Formats: sequence, structure tokens, C-alpha cells
Amino acid sequence: MKKSYQSLEDNSTYYMKQVIYRSLTSRIVSLCFALLLAFSTSLTAQEGDPVNGKSLYNSNCAACHKLDKPMTGPALRNVEARLADEQGLDREWLSAWIRNSSSLIKSGDAYANKIFNEYNGTPMTPFPQLSDQDISDILAYTAEEKKEPVVVESNTNEGASQQGGVSNDIILGALALLFGLLAMALVLVNRTLNRFAKAKDIEVFTAQEKRTPLWKAFVQNQFLVLVTAIIFLLASGYFVYGYFMQVGVDQGYEPVQPIHYSHRIHAGDNGIDCKYCHSSARVSKTSGIPSLNVCMNCHKSISEVAPETLAEGTEYGVDYNAEIQKLYDAVGWDGTGYTGDSKPVKWIRIHNLPDFAYFNHSQHVEVGGIECQTCHGPVEEMEIMYQNAPLTMGWCINCHRETNVKVKDNEYYTKIHEELSKKYGVEQLTVAQMGGLECGKCHY
Amino acid sequence: MHINMKIATKYIVALVLLVSFVSCQNNSRPNYQYMPNMYESVGYETYQESDAFKNGVEAQLPAEGSIPRGDFMPFEIENTNEGFAYAKANLKSPLDSLQVDYTEGKILYDIYCGICHGNKGDGKGKLVQREKILGVPSYDDVGRAITTGSIYHVIYYGKNTMGSYANQLNETERWQVVAYVEKLKADLEK
Repeated sequence: MKKSYQSLEDNSTYYMKQVIYRSLTSRIVSLCFALLLAFSTSLTAQEGDPVNGKSLYNSNCAACHKLDKPMTGPALRNVEARLADEQGLDREWLSAWIRNSSSLIKSGDAYANKIFNEYNGTPMTPFPQLSDQDISDILAYTAEEKKEPVVVESNTNEGASQQGGVSNDIILGALALLFGLLAMALVLVNRTLNRFAKAKDIEVFTAQEKRTPLWKAFVQNQFLVLVTAIIFLLASGYFVYGYFMQVGVDQGYEPVQPIHYSHRIHAGDNGIDCKYCHSSARVSKTSGIPSLNVCMNCHKSISEVAPETLAEGTEYGVDYNAEIQKLYDAVGWDGTGYTGDSKPVKWIRIHNLPDFAYFNHSQHVEVGGIECQTCHGPVEEMEIMYQNAPLTMGWCINCHRETNVKVKDNEYYTKIHEELSKKYGVEQLTVAQMGGLECGKCHY
Repeated sequence: MHINMKIATKYIVALVLLVSFVSCQNNSRPNYQYMPNMYESVGYETYQESDAFKNGVEAQLPAEGSIPRGDFMPFEIENTNEGFAYAKANLKSPLDSLQVDYTEGKILYDIYCGICHGNKGDGKGKLVQREKILGVPSYDDVGRAITTGSIYHVIYYGKNTMGSYANQLNETERWQVVAYVEKLKADLEK
């Protein structure tokens, strides 16, 4: 392509110089152009467009094929070249396989049957809708060289922060210098003034005559002692009360979990619903610790995080890929299938009500329609999960007093809601007015 | 000068005491409790470690062949290619037109399926858009040609990279989601 373009250029310069060969050169030019066109179209037909190929690959193939690792199906890097080299199979065979692999298998094709059995007899979804051009594009994408993971250069960032640090240091240093100079100036002024005083024979007031020491004066003043004692007692009472009141309250409890799980990435960045993993919060008392098969719903295909995410992890001192490996170890996944060798993950429970208090998640989440964040705080921003609320009785009661019950579109209870509203003379019923403060509701 | 030193030491001691009190607050372990025997369950907690069983965990799998109480119907189609083909061709929803509740189906679908399959079923959920999970097909994909039975089979057992959702959705909920998926498919094919 390049060559023909060059010749085109050469000819045009030629044409500029020698006008006699005008018709000839123009003919050559047009011939070259035609050749160029023909050549370029034949090029695309053969090699395909890897950019379009990538989008087709991602939407059609990537569910089962990775480029460099076998997944549900074999790895597809250089698949065309490998098939041609190792099996002597051409594009035609490959197209037939992609469009309808099962008919190829039924026709008794040896390699088709071999590969079908190698991957546990999982039939490949037929793709009759892919045109020759589509297949060329996809194969062009698979034939691309493997891109080495780009090392994220954080130099620019670091440089910026360093710059900020340097400028801060300069400011602080300048300030320190200024204060030093001021102090020195004061000392100097003091010294000069003293010298002046000495010279003029003015007695400088320095030593004080002996007085009763401060503490003795304080002890002698009984009123002051009394007031101080009262203040001291009140203050210590305040702190002692505060200390005893927080015994048994685990607000801010943030244990180190066996696998570093980031709610920030899962619930925040990726927007996965809380109830996706904590599905039992919909239907039962507890929100449940998700079993590992729920993790594997996604992590079957996500074995490594994106480079940007990995870079984010270094800020928290976490290697996310290593954490995913811990999950694989626990669930017994070797990259393509379960080994059956699994071990439980010893998660540490954070939110734990005392045994004498009853709490029901489904009652709050499903019936009450309370957002998870109302009690658990901004979980979608938490890199490490911690207890947001105190979970004390006062805290529960307070919410029951302030929260209005959603009585709208709840025909079954309309009558009782109306009667209760009349009884309390209110427009909006709170949980407390519906019995949300009765002892037996939570303690029995 | 001597007095100054003494005062200084006093202040330092007070400061050290204060700092040590504050640093005693450690968020990586739970706080003290007044009467732990009223807080901690006497019986086993759900996922507690225990010596009662060989594998050291309190939670055990149900015995082979046990079935849950309540309205439970065993799903007898197997998790094989033949089972899938059978379900695709024959399995029908037990819900009649009055029982199908698209509102509930949508709620469940958006939680469990929409994150990959997209809330419209076009295969462009948030995880796909962010290129975390790739290759999620649209429901109107010709090659797959999903049917009532195949949708249910796939929710129940999973397929290829998709996992099973049998433990997150109960039987009725699964059929509600199937109905909703069929509605999305019909909408896409319009």
C-alpha cells in the first residue's frame, strides 16, 4: 500500500516537470490509484478490521473465550494461524464452526469432535448472523499481538503531589525563619534596652520579693477549693458516665477480614445492588453472609482487576488480584473448573445485636422499605466495612419515633391505619404509634 | 528553673496518660461488654466454628435427598446439554397470566440480572459497560433463541460463565423473573 502511494507521488512530481507525457502520466496515475484501491479493499477483506473485530468479539465471543486463557471454550489468540499450522484447517472450516458447530460435529469432522469432547461436550452457541466480513474482523482482532500490560506511570501525579509538598515545605520553612528572626530581634531589643537602662542607672525590675507560693494561697482560699472540687467532680462524672455508656457499643468496629473485600468497588463503582449478594435480607431475619458461589457468579470470569483498579488498591496497600486468588483458593477454583477442595472463609461478623434483642431484616428492608444505608451508612464508599450506627436501643427507639410508616397503597391495612390516625390525631403515623416501642416487639 | 522542670514533667505525664487512654480505642476488635453471657448466644450461632462436626463448622449441608418444607417442587431436569435441550423445548411456566407480576419481576430482575444483562435485556448492564464482564448476549439473540424453559434452566443451573441463581431466588421468584425476561425479549424484538 505504501509503495503504491509512493509511486503515485513520484508520478505526480514527474507530471509536474514534464508536460509532454501528460496523458501517459495521468494514465499511470489513474492506474496506480485503481491498483491502490483494489489492493486496499483486498487487504481489508483478507485481514479484517481489528477495531470492529474487538467490539464484535466482546459482544459475541468474550462470554466463553478469553484471548490468552481457556475459559468455557479455548483461548483464541492467533486461533486462525494455530489451526492452519497445527491442524491444517482453513478459514472455511472455522467459519463453518462459528456459524454452526453442532452440524460440523454431526458431520463427523474429526477435529470438531475432538475439541467438542475436550471442552466437556459444551456446544458452542451458533452465530449464523455473523457475515464473512464480521468473522474476518474478529479473527483480525484475535491475531493481534498480546499487549503487555501498560505500567501505569504515576509520575505525573507524584510529581504534582511532590510539588505541593515542596511548596508547603517552603512556606513552612519561611515561616519558621521569620519567627526565628523575630525572636532574635526581640532578644536583641531586650538586650539593648537593658544596656541603656544600665548606662542611665535606672534599676530594672527583675527579682520579685518572696511571696506565698501559688498552691498555698489556693489551699487557703476555701471557696476556690470548693468550686474547683465541684467542677472536678462534675467533669470526672461526665467522663466516667461517657465511658460506661459506650461499653458494649461497637460503633466504628472495623475488623481486618480474611479476604479484603471492597464494598467501594462492588457496591459503589460497579453499582451492584446490596441485595444481589445479601439476598436473604429480602426474605429473612438476617442479611446473611454471601456464600462464595455468589462471588463466583462474576469472579468466574473476573480473575484480575483492571490496571486502574489495581493502582487504586496500592493507595490502600491492597493487591486486589491476590485477594481474588484467596477467593479461588477458598472456593477451590483452578481457573477452569472446581477442584472440590474448598475451605470456609472465616469472615468476622461486624454487626451483631445482643442475643436478647430481636431484629428482622426483611421486616425493615421489604415491608418498611428502609434503605440499607439508613442503618449501615455509606457502605458504597467504604473500602473497609465498619459499623456505622451504634445499634443501641436508644438509637432504635429514636428511629421508630421519627419514621413515618408508608401506609400508601396498602389497602389491606387501610382501616386500621385510619383508626390509629384518628386515635392519635395525626396525619402521618410513626412506627412508635403502631406499637414500635412495645418491649415485647424486640425482647421476648 | 527547678520548679519549671517539675511542672514540665507533670504536664508530660498527664499528656502520656491521655494519649495512652485515647490509643486504647482499637477499632479492629470489638468493645467490652457488661455481661457477655447475656449478649452471646448459648446455642450455636449460624456460621460458628465448632467441634461438633468433623469439618469444624456449625453450618452443615442438609442430608442427601432432603427437601425444604413448604411449597417445594423438585426440579427434575438435569444439568446437562440434553436437559437444557429438553427444558428449552418442553418446560412451561406454572404461573398463569393472573399470577405473573411484572412489578415484582422487574424488582428482582434489576437486582440479580440487570447488572450484567442490562435493565432492558440488551446485554449492556453496568458491568458490561465498564468492561468487567464481556460477551453478555441480548435476549433477542438469534443464535440462542431463548424460550421459557431455557430461561428457567439457565437461571436454575447457570450456563457457561453465568452462575446458578437458584439460591438467591426461590421457585416462584424464578418464574416471575422468567416472565419478565420474556417480556423484555418481546420488547426488544418489536
